[in-house]
Amino acid sequence: MEIDIIVWILQIILVPVTAPLCVGIIRKIKAKLQNRRGAGIFQPYRDLWKLFHKDEVISKDASWIFRCAPYIVFTVTIVVGASIPLFASYSDVTGSGNLLVIIYTLAIGTFFLALAGIDIGGAFGGFGSSREMTMAALAEGGFIFSLLTVGIISGSTDLFAISQNGLIQQGYLLPSTLAFLGLCIVLLAETARFPFDNPATHLELTMIHEAMILEYSGKKLALMEWASANKLLIFIALASNLFFPFGLAQHADSGAVLVALAVFAVKTIIFCLVIALLESFIAKFRFFRLPDLLMIAFIFNVVAIILIH
Amino acid sequence: MFVLYRSMIDVIISQIIFIASLLCFTVGGIGALLLRKNDAIANIWSNFFAILASLFGLSFAALAVMSGGDTSFSIGAFSLPFFSLSFHIDQLSAFFIFIISLISLFCSVYAIGYVKHFYKKYDIGVLGFFYNMFILGMLLVASSSNWLFFLVAWEIMSIASYFLVIYDRHDQNNVRAGFLYLIMTHVGTAFIILAALLLYKFTGSFDFASIQSASLLIPAPIKNIIFIFAIIGFGTKSGIIPFHIWLPDAHPAAPSHVSALMSGVMIKTGIYMMIRIFLYMIWPVPVWWGLALLVLGSVSSLLGVLYALTEHDIKRLLAYHSIENIGIILLGLGSALTFLSLGMPSLALLGFTAALFHTLNHAIFKSLLFLGAGSVISQTHTRNMEEYGGLIKYMPYTALFFLIGSMAISALPPFNGFFSEWLTFQSLFAGITLLSFYEKWIFILASGSLAFTGGLALACFVKAFGATFLARPRSSHVSHAKESSLSLRIGMASLALLCLLLGIGSGVMTVVLEGVGKNMAVFKNAASVVSLSGQHIVVGKNFASVSLPLLALFFMVTGGLVIYITKFIINKHQKVENNITWDCGTDLTERMEITATGFSRSIILIFRGILRPSIQHDIQYHDAQSRYLPKSRTVILKVHDVYRYYFYQPLHLAVNAVSSRVKNIQSGNTNAYILYIFIALIITLLSVLWK
Repeated sequence: MEIDIIVWILQIILVPVTAPLCVGIIRKIKAKLQNRRGAGIFQPYRDLWKLFHKDEVISKDASWIFRCAPYIVFTVTIVVGASIPLFASYSDVTGSGNLLVIIYTLAIGTFFLALAGIDIGGAFGGFGSSREMTMAALAEGGFIFSLLTVGIISGSTDLFAISQNGLIQQGYLLPSTLAFLGLCIVLLAETARFPFDNPATHLELTMIHEAMILEYSGKKLALMEWASANKLLIFIALASNLFFPFGLAQHADSGAVLVALAVFAVKTIIFCLVIALLESFIAKFRFFRLPDLLMIAFIFNVVAIILIH
Repeated sequence: MFVLYRSMIDVIISQIIFIASLLCFTVGGIGALLLRKNDAIANIWSNFFAILASLFGLSFAALAVMSGGDTSFSIGAFSLPFFSLSFHIDQLSAFFIFIISLISLFCSVYAIGYVKHFYKKYDIGVLGFFYNMFILGMLLVASSSNWLFFLVAWEIMSIASYFLVIYDRHDQNNVRAGFLYLIMTHVGTAFIILAALLLYKFTGSFDFASIQSASLLIPAPIKNIIFIFAIIGFGTKSGIIPFHIWLPDAHPAAPSHVSALMSGVMIKTGIYMMIRIFLYMIWPVPVWWGLALLVLGSVSSLLGVLYALTEHDIKRLLAYHSIENIGIILLGLGSALTFLSLGMPSLALLGFTAALFHTLNHAIFKSLLFLGAGSVISQTHTRNMEEYGGLIKYMPYTALFFLIGSMAISALPPFNGFFSEWLTFQSLFAGITLLSFYEKWIFILASGSLAFTGGLALACFVKAFGATFLARPRSSHVSHAKESSLSLRIGMASLALLCLLLGIGSGVMTVVLEGVGKNMAVFKNAASVVSLSGQHIVVGKNFASVSLPLLALFFMVTGGLVIYITKFIINKHQKVENNITWDCGTDLTERMEITATGFSRSIILIFRGILRPSIQHDIQYHDAQSRYLPKSRTVILKVHDVYRYYFYQPLHLAVNAVSSRVKNIQSGNTNAYILYIFIALIITLLSVLWK
């Protein structure tokens, strides 16, 4: 009973608590690759703490959309984080682990983020929103289809059921690989990473995500930053637990949960390493090259679905 | 015994209530025409009776959908051989009557305030007359059971809506749009008449039930021809691409509460008749019909949303979204037809339920959006989104309702649009897993287009809401805007509330709509794939499940906690300062904001293969010789409609060419005409003799 409650709480708070660490690790690895010492891996926590204690400036043009958006965007990531398999394959807190529910709930966050970008009437925000929505619209097909591919292989569109059934045992190596590659492309697009977006830039010509949150400060900026870290971890968890579902706790057992947490940490660090390497070795693409990449993600998955019989 | 007595009373009462509803529309319409001398009285009279009639219709339809009984009756006894005013209302009809009454109820409430800005400008009595006749026509279409009666009702609906489209007649564009609508709708009607005559030729009856019982007499090739005619005829009314050409012109031209009815309800009458013909009259049907509907649905949904993205006229944008949503409904219907003809009735029931649910949901959120747009237009007097901006500060309620509508149409949970798209996705996914070869391919195509449609619709409504309500005003129209009056707000608020309620209560609705499907003969033996367990709706054997109430609850609790903690626990003495937006050191003018056109520019460029954008620069210089100082610059962005280029223009040329040939026999010489008559007479005589 107690273990159930602990698992329940862990499932809800794991994403927000560890997501900034994930960002810290990626930054650290990138710094090392650039021959810098870099900030410590806990720096994102300090940044959030600092932002939460700052005063705020809000544009006179802003409406309640701008004021509410950070809460909605952040809440969305918490809800989604609690509804996907993280370390246990049975801990569905919200009962909404369906792949379409996850995708469309994430879209609520994108919707309000883009509206907030337009709301302040600045020259940057609107363009950020326009680019973000373009990317999001084109990524949707690849996103739905990559999760659908694994869903069809394991006979359920419920994410927890997918992670329980496991793909490797079922011998669909090629379709799974294609779907995984597709999801990786979508991951980079949705979490504003290279080659889609540069998370470190504030150059008006290139920024997408940063342009939308340019006017935020203080607590609201903290929530936005935190939410985007959460989103990164959510996508990493999806990619790792749907395609490599080993080590997940199958039932309420304290030993299994501890092992599962450790495995989850290892898997996440590996993904962080890969993302950091990618960001260090490839350049940002030109904006109008990106649709090609997203279409590739979609086509990979169409081929994958055809290959399943 | 008592139960029987009770149910008989129910049936009788409901039948009388339905006739009362029809009568109220008639009284409202004719009364408005008689009271046309006084604008205010005509307005209140027509809308009061429309509200009353809608309430009658709503209670009747709700009762009929719930009780599941069929009602058949005729008005008057005619000695005419084919024509009779006969009604047959089964659950399917009752469901569509429910939609019509529901939307017309809120549109009429809205109209009481909205019509005021036409006072002194146009005749309110005429508006009231055609408005009531229009709704009456739709009710008759959904309830008639005789082809000839149906065609009369169909014409009442079409003609009344034509006069509503050209109501704002001082604008030449509206008159032109109305003319196009009149032509297209009658081309459609011609095909419907042909389909009806073919049915009559082989079954010997115009009565729906008699046709159904004799449907085995229709040979297969004729069935296919009937299918194509029905698709052209009813597809024109529904706005299926490529027969939609009139829709983006005509829907915006009408007064907004009429646009809401046309987009929300009238186009669904086409869907209703497709269901009536394919799944009732001439069942069984070949597999390719369902697949053809899936292809049409995919094309309509994807192209509909792409053209919507190119629009900066708010009502045209919404009209294109109607095309998109009709496509989504067709995806559900097409998968239902395919599964049925492959012998999988349970899955077919799933697709059918999805189609019905989306029909209802689209009616609600689309009319909400049109009413919101109307409320904005009545304040700013323009439909051009580039001249809006910042309206959320002037019209906060309208903005909130429009936001809810936008979220519902973009299929964001927990609003109603999400759930019907979810069901549609489930039926398409089932097709992908179970079918093989080209059927599987078509299902993959359909789900792919639905996936992209969802994403693009989201982008389009960020654009629509952002450009209209957010940032700073881009024209002086906005700064004069005030929040709309009470009746407008009540109309919109009720629909917005319905969006939320139907989303939260989607489980119950699914079961009710499945009941509507099971009432039809084709789904008699279908086992239900959707089941309710607690709050969860489960499809198949744990293939998919969702619980919107739980999700909404969890969302609200978490959101509440997040707000509470950030506001009142961490750093609660935070100072918040209001200041100007970062302007890079220059004055930030409203011309630096993103516009509707700018927002969708990148998507248009990405899809330039389909949308064919063209750009035309024009610069005028102060001094034409030196060309250094530009006086004015214009940039014209255009999108070329593919269907216009490759379908309508060749058709137009062909019709013109044939007409000019035919003109040759018209010489103007009386003798020649007498010769024609003589020749015609001889041919007739010969043909009679030959027999």
